[in-house]
Amino acid sequence: MSPIKISWKSLWSKPLSSALNIMLIAFGTGILTILLLASTQISQKLDNNSKDIDLVVGAKGSPLQLILSSIYYIDFPTGNIPLKDAQELSHSPFVKRAVPLAQGDNYEGIRIVGTDSNFVRVYKLTTSSGKFWSADFEVTVGATVAATKKLKIGDTFFGAHGLTGSTDVHKTHAYKVAGILTPQGNVTDNLILTNIASVWRMHDDHEKEEATEQHQRSAHHHEKTEGQQQEETGDHEKETRPDQGGADSGREITALLIQYRSPMSVVMFPRMVNQSTALQAASPAMESTRLFSLIGVGVDTLQWFAILIMLIAAISVFVNLYNSLKERNYDLAIMRTLGASRGQLFQIIIFEGILLTFAGTVIGIALGHLVLQFIGAYQESSQARLSGLIFLGTEIYLFVAGLAIGIFAAIIPAVQAYRSNISKILSKN
Amino acid sequence: MISIKSVSHSYSNALRISFKDWEINNGDQWLLLGESGSGKTTLLHILTGILKPEEGEVNMDGTSVYSLSSRALDQFRGRNIGIIFQRPHLIKSLTIKENLLLAQSFAKLPENPERINEVLHSLGIIEKKDAYPNELSQGQLQRVSIARAVINKPALLIADEPTSSLDDKNAIAVLNLLVEQSGLNQATLIVATHDKRVKDAFTNTYEL
Repeated sequence: MSPIKISWKSLWSKPLSSALNIMLIAFGTGILTILLLASTQISQKLDNNSKDIDLVVGAKGSPLQLILSSIYYIDFPTGNIPLKDAQELSHSPFVKRAVPLAQGDNYEGIRIVGTDSNFVRVYKLTTSSGKFWSADFEVTVGATVAATKKLKIGDTFFGAHGLTGSTDVHKTHAYKVAGILTPQGNVTDNLILTNIASVWRMHDDHEKEEATEQHQRSAHHHEKTEGQQQEETGDHEKETRPDQGGADSGREITALLIQYRSPMSVVMFPRMVNQSTALQAASPAMESTRLFSLIGVGVDTLQWFAILIMLIAAISVFVNLYNSLKERNYDLAIMRTLGASRGQLFQIIIFEGILLTFAGTVIGIALGHLVLQFIGAYQESSQARLSGLIFLGTEIYLFVAGLAIGIFAAIIPAVQAYRSNISKILSKN
Repeated sequence: MISIKSVSHSYSNALRISFKDWEINNGDQWLLLGESGSGKTTLLHILTGILKPEEGEVNMDGTSVYSLSSRALDQFRGRNIGIIFQRPHLIKSLTIKENLLLAQSFAKLPENPERINEVLHSLGIIEKKDAYPNELSQGQLQRVSIARAVINKPALLIADEPTSSLDDKNAIAVLNLLVEQSGLNQATLIVATHDKRVKDAFTNTYEL
C-alpha cells in the first residue's frame, strides 16, 4: 500500500465530491485548451496564407473584406477592377511579382479561382499528380478538394455561379481536372485553380445563353437579398460587359496580389495606389493584425472566465481536502501509530490534490480537443476549419498549471497533517 | 524487556503526573488500572512512543525509545508495538485486507497475504477479508483492530479500554482473544482499563 494508492482509494470513497472537483478543473482546462488551440490555429492560418504577399489591390471598399476575400477566400470580393489598371500596376517598378485573381464561381462551395502561373510561384505550389492548368477549362485542384470531392485526373464537373450555393450551374462548359496539388497546409488546399480566360469565357457564354433563353434574369437579379447581391456584385458587372472581341481593354479581374521588389515599396506603393488610382491597396499583415485584435477581445474575456473557473476549482479542492482532513484526523493518527511517518501523511494529502487536478486536466484537455473537432466539423467555411487533432507543445503548460493548482490547494491540509499531534488526537476519543 | 524510569509529564495547564517505575518482562500480561483522568492514556502514549515525556526514560529491549529520530521512532512503533483502541478506527476507504496490508507496509515490512489470512483465520473473520469496514458489526470491527495490532508480530501489545464500550459477553470474548493472541504471537500484553470485569483475568497489576 503506497501513499499514492491510499490517496486513490480515499478519493474513490467520496465519488461525488471528487467528481465535482474534477469537473470544475476539467471545465476550466477545457476552455483554456479550446482558446489556445483555436487562437493558435487561426493566427497560424492567417500567417501561413499571407506570408509571401505584401499587398492586395482591389476595388474600393473595406480593406479587411478585400484581404478576407483575396487571401483567405472567406468573405465576398469588394468588386472588380479593370484589367488595364491592374496591368499597369503590375509593371510598376515597385512590384516584383503580381498575381491576378478572378473569382465568381464555385463548385459545391469550393471557390474556382482564375489566375496565372505567378500564383504557383507565390505560393510555391507543386503537383502531386498531373500538371498545372494550361488550356481553358482545365483546372488544378487543392489536395483537400481532391480528397473530399473525390476528384481524379480527367474528371469533369460544372461550376456554379456565385461563391456559395449550386443553384445556378454553368452547363455550357465543364471543367476538367488536369492536376492535383500536394498538400500545402494553407488556403490553396481548398481551392480550384484555372486560368482567367476560363472564368471570363464561362461568363461570356453563360451571358449569351441566358440572354436568349431567359430575358427576365436581370430583373430577377434585383429581387435577390442584399447578401446575395453583394455576393454577386463582383461578377455581375463582369456579366454585364459584352464580349468585346477578345480585346482585354474591357476585361475585369477581382484583385491583384503583389510582392514588393524592395522594402522601399512598403512606403511608396500603397499610397500611390490609394491616391492616384480608383483602386484600393490593403496590407495583409496589417489587416490580419486588426482582425486578430478584434477576436482578441473575446479571447481575453473567455480566458479570464476560464482562469476564474480554475481558481474556483482550486478553492473547491482545498475545501474538500480541508474538510475531509477534519474527518480523517483520527485515521491519519492511526496510520502514524502503524508506523507511517509524517512525510508519508504529507504525501498522501498532496497526492490527493494532485490526482484530482491531474484527472481534471487530462479530461479537460481531451474535452477541449473533442469540442474543437466538433466545432470544426460543423464549420461552414472550409478555409478556416479548426481541428481538434492538432496537439501543441504549449498544452504542457496546462498540465503544469493543473499540477500546480493541485499542490497549491493541498499544501495547507498536507502541512496540517504533517504537524498534527497524534497523542492529542488519539486521547480525545 | 520494557522499563520506564522516573517518568513524569505535565500538560501545559494541568498538574504534573509522575509515574512509578515499571519493569515488564517479555511475555508478561499486565493490567493497567486507574480511574478516568488518572493518566492511563498518557502513560500508554508514553509507552507506545507517541508522546515524549518531559522527564524520564523508556527502554524497550535495549532501545531508548525517545532517543530515536521521529522517523525511526515511527518505524520502530510500527514493527514492535501493536495498539488496540477503545474504538476500532479502521480506514473506511480500504477493505479489511487492505487495512492489514497498510499496517505491514507502514512498518516497512514486506506485504504478506498469508500472514493476513492466518491472523484473520485465528480471529474467525476470514470471510470478511474483502469487505469494507462499514459492512461489519462493532464486535467484528474490534476483532479486525486486534488483527491489525498483531499482524506484524509485535513484541508489545497494548489495549486502551478495549472493553468499555462492549457488553459483558463481548467484553469477555475480546479479553480472551487478546490473551490468546498475545500468547500466539509471543507478545507482552498491557491492558489499560477501569473496568472491574477485567480484573480477575490478570495476575500482574500496575495501579495509578
